[in-house]
Amino acid sequence: MSVGTRLENANPLIFQRTGERLQTAKDEDEDVADPIDDREIFDLIRSINDPEHPLSLEELNVVEQVRVRVDDQENTVGVEFTPTIPHCSMATLIGLSIKVKLLRSLPERFKIDVHITPGTHTSEDAVNKQLADKERVAAALENSQLLEVVNQCLISSARTS
Amino acid sequence: MKDTLALLQKFNAHPDSRCWYVAWNPKGTLLASCGGDRAIRIWGREGDSWECKTVLQDGHQRAVRKVAWSPCGNYLASASFDATTCIWKKKNDDFECLTVLEGHENEVKCVAWAPSGNLLATCSRDKSVWIWEVDEEDEYECVSVVNSHTQDVKHVVWHPTQELLASCSYDNNVCVYKEEDDDWECRATLEGHTSTVWGLTFDPSGQRLASCSDDRTVKIWKECQSGGTDAAWKCVCTLSGFHGRTVYDIAWCPLTGALATACGDDGVRVFKEDETADPDQPVFSLSAHVPKAHSQDVNCIAWHPKEAGLLVSCSDNGEIAVWNYQSEV
Repeated sequence: MSVGTRLENANPLIFQRTGERLQTAKDEDEDVADPIDDREIFDLIRSINDPEHPLSLEELNVVEQVRVRVDDQENTVGVEFTPTIPHCSMATLIGLSIKVKLLRSLPERFKIDVHITPGTHTSEDAVNKQLADKERVAAALENSQLLEVVNQCLISSARTS
Repeated sequence: MKDTLALLQKFNAHPDSRCWYVAWNPKGTLLASCGGDRAIRIWGREGDSWECKTVLQDGHQRAVRKVAWSPCGNYLASASFDATTCIWKKKNDDFECLTVLEGHENEVKCVAWAPSGNLLATCSRDKSVWIWEVDEEDEYECVSVVNSHTQDVKHVVWHPTQELLASCSYDNNVCVYKEEDDDWECRATLEGHTSTVWGLTFDPSGQRLASCSDDRTVKIWKECQSGGTDAAWKCVCTLSGFHGRTVYDIAWCPLTGALATACGDDGVRVFKEDETADPDQPVFSLSAHVPKAHSQDVNCIAWHPKEAGLLVSCSDNGEIAVWNYQSEV
């Protein structure tokens, strides 16, 4: 997959970034059980860079904290993302970047499901099926060119967060 | 559930990688495993434990998705994401790469030998199923390319005794093929699953086929003699509500008739058939279930060909587990 020179959505709406998470004394206390919560997952993905724009997925409203569902006990994480336009050709790549970021960051016990927000993309079912197929995701990540593009989205996330 | 599935052994087969698949040789003396680390490992039992006998490392450039033994046990075929299939010949305790089968446009997902050992089938992300013929000189020739699926083909399996081939796909369907005038043709398309079909297994008699899917169900299909030329396969049973996530593999025990599944919810399950039920409306019940059989997805499940109840599974965490299934009669 290569990033085209012409932007599909040249003037996207830009949303404000949320503030940093407030640290409390409880966070420092090693004796308090501290399950992974929605905000932590959101913090992992919000600064992922959009493949086209020098903006984060949060700034484009592609990811929102309310669309993150984590159940630490059940070892499940669900993320819905909203493409900026209904026929965005980058939808699979964005979903893959979110998935890879979570696969690399979370303990292996977690089952990670990444979906398009229902009703926001013309090929929603096809993209969801592709992202859910771990065999195809594994094969895609063995493709060095594609991995390079994904890493670019994630590298910028490390820089800005 | 009164039957038991007891863990005998668990060992790390593909460290820091996925173990995609395991296969017993026909005698059940060796187990081959393959994974994301591009390696194939051959395991043998030494007393109470399992030892790695050989590592076949330089055959593939990318992940090895599946492996299959020839019916004689002297050859091993490996299907890889590098778009090739390697044929390995057993020489004493070692294996040498005899030939590399090329032709698929992208990832080869599965390979299987016909019961005669003269035919081999491969399938790929490129939506095709290839049939290869093997001659006495160990030469392989592609005799047919079938394009009956509209998407990525996940698995191929041969009938236990006949030259009948089945495949399943990302297009949610199962296809059954037969040779017709020197060409292989799709004779039946089994529609019913609502998402990717990942695995297939024939029952010991070869009259029924079980399929497992991303739709979290297992379906049992039966060949109906319709009187016409084309055999029709009908879904006679659907097992739903048992699996929490995608069912990645299914295996029908040739010795006991028990049906085992490998699931993305980390569980291993065994189903038993109610023998008093109407054969046209079979009834299967969950007879054993290990919810956390592995700490990650279970990718494959395989019954030992000679020892009733011996079962192996492998997982995304690179581990292989050996189980003993005991059925209370």
